[in-house]
Parts: sequence; C-alpha cells; structure tokens
Amino acid sequence: MSEPVAGHTAWLEHGKIRLALHALRTGRTGHPLLLLHGLGERSPEALPDEFAGWPGPVHALDFTGHGASGLPRGGGYTAEILMGDVDAALAQLGPTTVCGRGLGAYVALMIAGGRPEAVLGAVLCDGPGLAGGGAHPSSPHVLHPDPSAPASSPDSFALAELSTDIRPPDYAMSYVRQIDHLGRIERPIAVCAVQRPAWLEAVAQDPETETKTLGDALTAFATPRWRDVDRS
Amino acid sequence: MSWDDLPEEARPYAAYPDAAPPARRRRVDSHGLGIAVAEWGDETAPPILLAHGGFDFAATFSVFAPKLARVGYRVVSFDQRGHGDSDHAALYSWDADLRDTLAVLDSVSHEPIPLIGHSKGGSLLTQFAQAFPHRVSHLVNIDGLPSRWRRPDVSDHERSRLLDRELSGWLDHRRATATRQRRADGLEELARRRARMNPRLSHEWLCYLVTRGARCDADGWRWKIDASMRFGGFGPWSPTWELQRLPGLTPPLLGILATIAEEMGWETEEKDLRPYLPRRAEIVSFEGSGHFIHIEHPDEVVRLVGEFLS
Repeated sequence: MSEPVAGHTAWLEHGKIRLALHALRTGRTGHPLLLLHGLGERSPEALPDEFAGWPGPVHALDFTGHGASGLPRGGGYTAEILMGDVDAALAQLGPTTVCGRGLGAYVALMIAGGRPEAVLGAVLCDGPGLAGGGAHPSSPHVLHPDPSAPASSPDSFALAELSTDIRPPDYAMSYVRQIDHLGRIERPIAVCAVQRPAWLEAVAQDPETETKTLGDALTAFATPRWRDVDRS
Repeated sequence: MSWDDLPEEARPYAAYPDAAPPARRRRVDSHGLGIAVAEWGDETAPPILLAHGGFDFAATFSVFAPKLARVGYRVVSFDQRGHGDSDHAALYSWDADLRDTLAVLDSVSHEPIPLIGHSKGGSLLTQFAQAFPHRVSHLVNIDGLPSRWRRPDVSDHERSRLLDRELSGWLDHRRATATRQRRADGLEELARRRARMNPRLSHEWLCYLVTRGARCDADGWRWKIDASMRFGGFGPWSPTWELQRLPGLTPPLLGILATIAEEMGWETEEKDLRPYLPRRAEIVSFEGSGHFIHIEHPDEVVRLVGEFLS
C-alpha cells in the first residue's frame, strides 16, 4: 500500500457496506491513531488540536450509516457490527491506538478485546451515545423510525438502535479481560470520560484500567510499555 | 428461483408426501427491505402467523402449514431477512427481525391473531407478543423457550482463550464477508450437508428443502441464505432476561418442548420453565421428538394447536 496523503479517504469493504477511512495526517513515524466518532457524528475534516501532539499518522473512520460511509436498508445496527467496521480499518492500518467518543468509546473497548494483538491502547472519551440503552433490558419494543425521513447520514435507524442497545457491565468487562489477558501492552485501557454509565464505571474500576486526561492517555500510548504475554 | 421454475434434474425432488406450495406469495416492504411472504389456505379464513427458526425459511412449513390450513386457517409465514427469498440485508439484528415481523403482521391483520414460532422464531414471537400484546390472541412456541445458560466451567485464562477464538473467528468472518458466497454442491450433497445440523430429518425431506431453499447456479446448488450470516455469535444477551419476562406474557401460551437433544436444540426442560410460566400457560414435553417437532410430528402438533386455539 502506498502512503496515503493527508485529506485522502480510503474506501474499505465491510460486508455490503463501503466505509470511509479518512487520513487526517500522514507521513510520521510510529504507529497510527484511529479516531472513532460518537453516535450521529462523523469524522472531523481536519486534525483536531487535541491530537496534534500524536507522533504517528492519524486516521478517522466513519461508522456504517454515518458520514461518508454507506447506508444500509432497514437498519439492524449493533455495536458488534461497528466493531467489525473498526476491524476493517485495522486490516488496513495494522496495530493501532484507538480513541473513541461516546458510542465510539464503547466500540473502541470492544475492538480492544476483539483484536487484543492489534490494538495498542484504547482511549474512551465522552460523546454522544456513550450510555446506549443502559445496563438492563428495557420493556420489549419495536423501533421504527419515521419512514418518510430522507435516507441520509446519519441513518435514523443507527440513532434509534444504538441509543437503546443494552450494555451490561459484565459484557463490557468480558472485553476488558480479553485485552488484559491477551493484549501486547501494559495498561491498555484509558478512561477519559467524565460521564460513567454502568458499563464504563465497571471498566474504570478494573485494576488494569487507568483514568487520566486525554493528553496523558495519548502520551502514554504513543510510546507503549510492551509486555511479555504468556501464549502457552 | 421461484417455486414453479425448477431445473429438470430437481423435479423428482420437488415433491414430498403432504407437502404443498403456498397458495399465494407476495412481498412486504420493511423499511426498504423486501420480505417474502407465503400463505396457505383460504384467504378469507382467520389468519395465523408462523415464524421459522434461524437458518430455516418459510418453506420448512411446507407440510405443517397446509395441514394447519385444512383445519380452517389462513396460514401466513415469511422468510426472515437474509433467509429464503427475502432480500439480503447489510445488517442483521434481533430488533430488525422484530421490525420485519411487524411489517408482515401489518400486512395480514390489525386484529389480534395467533402466532406460532419455532426455535428462534418462537423466541422472536414471544418478545413480539410482549411488545404488542394487543396484536396477539394466542402464542405457540415450538422449542424456542429459553433455558438457563449452560456455561462450561473453565478457568478465567481458558475462558479468555475460548472467547478470543470466538471473537477473532467472527471478525475474520466479517473481513471475508464482502466477497463470500455459499459453497456450491450437488442437490443431494447440499441435503447431506444440512443433515449435519438436522440429523433427525429424512434425506428425502432435506432434498425437498433444497428445491425450495437453494438456487441452482451454473456451478451447482447453493443455499439462498445470505453468506454473511453465521452460526453462533455473541452479544449482550442472556436467556435469563427472557425467562424473567415470561411471567408477564399477555396472551395464552402453548409451549411445545423437544425431549431428544440434538444439534440445533435448545434443551429447555419443563422444570426450568415452571417458576416463570404465566398464568395461562400449557407446556407439552413432546415424547420422542427432536427440535423440529412440527416437521417430525406435523399431525400431532396441528392437533395440539387446534385444541389450544379452540
């Protein structure tokens, strides 16, 4: 793969959806940082100031149904599918630090547990969609957004389905355990979010998780502390 | 491939004792996604909605539905998104299946009607009845009632390794899914492959299902189901949630349970359900049947349903 230039958008295939992976800054040394937006947001057009100090390349992914990425018909969103979106980006970028806002923070945690060898730290920040539908199932219901709404990004199905999905703390913790046991770096999760829905409170309480500012989290993950993983 | 448009070689397989093609077929639009609907029986008879299990399709009711229709019902079923003749979707979820079910029911009746679901379809319709109690007169759940999770008792370390295989296996599958298609095979070979998941169903029946649920491409037969769908999976879901909601179910419930464990079965036992049953519930543990009770014993299940509805 030739080096992308800043402002370039790479197109990734995830199932039937074409995803937009934006290069916000390229040409540096060190591993990449991947930004994951919140529910209803899209990737920033230019590198936000708070990430200017990152020594490596910076990319941002538009989730399915958001930004320049494709719109599915008839909804069916799950956080697990968005984890698959991020995995498509990891296939392109190689080992990466992920930094997510809101919904993107939850997905960042999931991909850290789903691909513990490819995620060099996950930074979890405040943003839209952080809480989802809470820790417990709500009354059964059927979501059917206004059928007359125009088919455009962000997808109204995404807004409905990913603000009501259940996020039990023990489920979130199963991903924490994966990266704790199988990840390549020390202290792989950094919690920067002030809002603490139950899943995130549980993550923050894990002894391997660190609570810190975004700046400190980025500094730490820019030069990760590697660890020997027992792969017996 | 349509029901009427089979290649010559498939014709001998396209008949099965007591099986009948639907009297009517149509499509329902579910928020831009086409859902294939099949109906058996008199269009003016009282309607019943059937929901199939995971990896099945409406035509798996090809014996059960016409038998039920003969009792005096308009029997309506549909292929869930990605299954059978329905559109393949970009995304699949439980919520989406519930929404598609509502779209189909809206096309049938706005009065309360009986719902019958098998396996995943039973679980789906149970939740549907909880979301829309005013739309459901009776609920029949065929081996799709929840049981407590039987987690293997393993160490944390081993659990991480198992879950890692599950997660990375699923992600690897997602990476390949843009270009994946189902493997083509001979008609009988496709039936034999299905027999691994349906070991108690006859070869003749499974060959019949190939003629309904598979299509004949230049390189052979392949199941119509979306190649991006996959067995297993994971998510923030617990059967305990379903169990705990069960006592609040509104319509009368007939639960029919398999008693012989097999590949696709749920192994729910009556004693597991007993503390959670709503007031108007009847559980039948069906002796001598595996998971596909309505396929193994269609006449008996039709009789049970008829008694329950009358």
